[in-house]
Amino acid sequence: MANRGFRQKIREYRRSPVSAVLYMLVWLSMAITLAVLASLIAYIVYNGVPNLTLPGLFDWEYNSENVSMMPAIINTVIMTGLSLALAVPMGVFAAIYLVEYARRGNRLVKIVRITAETLAGIPSIVYGLFGYVLFVITLGWGYTLLSGAITLAIMILPLIMRTTEEALISVPDSFREGSFGLGAGKLRTVFKIVLPSASPGILAGTILAIGRIVGESAALIFTAGTNPVVPDSLFASTRTLSVHMYALMNEGLYTPQAYATAVVLLIVVVLINSLSGVVAKKLVNRR
Amino acid sequence: MKRHSETVMKYVFMAAAAVSIIAVIVICLFLFSKGFPAIKEIGLFKFLGGTVWKPLEGQFGIFPMILGSIYVTGGAIILGVPIGLLCAIFMAKFCPKGLYKILKPAVDLLAGIPSIVYGFFGLMVIVPFMQDIFGGSGKGILTASVLLAIMILPTIISVSETSIRAVPESYYEGSLALGATHELSVFFTILPAAKSGIIAGIILGIGRAIGETMAVVYIAGNQAVIPESIFDGVRTMTANIVLEMGYASDGIHRNALIATAVVLFVFILIINISFSLLKRRND
Repeated sequence: MANRGFRQKIREYRRSPVSAVLYMLVWLSMAITLAVLASLIAYIVYNGVPNLTLPGLFDWEYNSENVSMMPAIINTVIMTGLSLALAVPMGVFAAIYLVEYARRGNRLVKIVRITAETLAGIPSIVYGLFGYVLFVITLGWGYTLLSGAITLAIMILPLIMRTTEEALISVPDSFREGSFGLGAGKLRTVFKIVLPSASPGILAGTILAIGRIVGESAALIFTAGTNPVVPDSLFASTRTLSVHMYALMNEGLYTPQAYATAVVLLIVVVLINSLSGVVAKKLVNRR
Repeated sequence: MKRHSETVMKYVFMAAAAVSIIAVIVICLFLFSKGFPAIKEIGLFKFLGGTVWKPLEGQFGIFPMILGSIYVTGGAIILGVPIGLLCAIFMAKFCPKGLYKILKPAVDLLAGIPSIVYGFFGLMVIVPFMQDIFGGSGKGILTASVLLAIMILPTIISVSETSIRAVPESYYEGSLALGATHELSVFFTILPAAKSGIIAGIILGIGRAIGETMAVVYIAGNQAVIPESIFDGVRTMTANIVLEMGYASDGIHRNALIATAVVLFVFILIINISFSLLKRRND
């Protein structure tokens, strides 16, 4: 298409006006998409960045004077670490079973696939209510860090499983055959040969999962609660940054702080996205 | 000894794989155990078909909320699918390489922005904008549809782009050889061939839109009544849960909210099943 001349193209469009309309439509849609994103970012940055210097916004302790987001930031890190600690081993092991151990046409594999797809489609508010019924009511834990982390771990499990599965499948069979040929057992081959080769893919999936955890609010409000302090145990209520923003918006008095929180969230998302981009690029280059 | 650890680990892996099965069962069990008794107490038809939601007076009809969810999702699809699909076509078949390097991360970023930030943006920008143009409160079906359309764009774009790229190049070349222009070839040979993948993307988008909570609750108006125009406020099923769960006292009110989640869950299951049926047919 590139080597066709401009003039020829005009001639073509004159002959087929439909083509010209379609050509304009696809460009227009692209422009709308970019414009929406640009205006969203510009709006939040423009209104939020000046508010980042509000007094006490990053104090260690939260009170109704400073409305500090620092405890929420720390809680977000804790919540992310805890959820990943639960979900990543589980998801990676599950993917190892699906790719390395299960035979083709295995019944269990089919059911696992279907249920993982189901989990991936469940809205976060339904996860939130499930966590509420199970942990908060039935087990009687109340709003706790642990309830939130387990709920989030189930939520990101299908994402980790799928990305790990894809990464494992992309490891060439010759790696495994070489390892077996040298006398290594199956387990050793999996841990020493296959997993290291698949690690960038697993890492990229994990980074995506971090993005989901950081952005999650609906699943956490009814499981981990909205307490703006750093928890002293697994059974204390916490609020992450997204929940912090929800609380600020609900109270309605702290719009400047909500803008500032939105900026911080946006920065985190941009960082996470570019990080996963870098990792994914590494993966492509190596292939 | 070595053989031993091999077998043990095999079962460990298998157990990990079974976690997602267990998770689905446990989720169903606990939601249904609270939701079904509530539905039974209220009466299935009174619950699903009732048009009045007044928890304090013991009236739990979620029909307006079901309609609300369907309306805003439908609006999001009407607005989002054409733009998303055209944008996917652009990215797969029209995009200059340099622009693609900006566009692809932009779409990923759109997917990564937290829904609470979307909700904030909707409340601060889209709601006043709608107020200026159409008057009224600015909150309602149209506003929610616009924001949800933005939110499902990345889903529709990336799924459609993948399926457009998967169409064999020979289709396109054959069409060109018959004298069709680039545009006509893309739209009338590649697009029909990628149809089922695109529909799968749309179904995925429907799932996202109907389950979206935090963005909708700030901009849909939240009136639990059947709307009369697209500018009227609506309450979705998700919003109903978030709005009232905080203060719902123990008992029937709380369980009616959990039952709302059960209905939402059933909607999602139907959407999921149609998605996987479609995907299976593709494979």
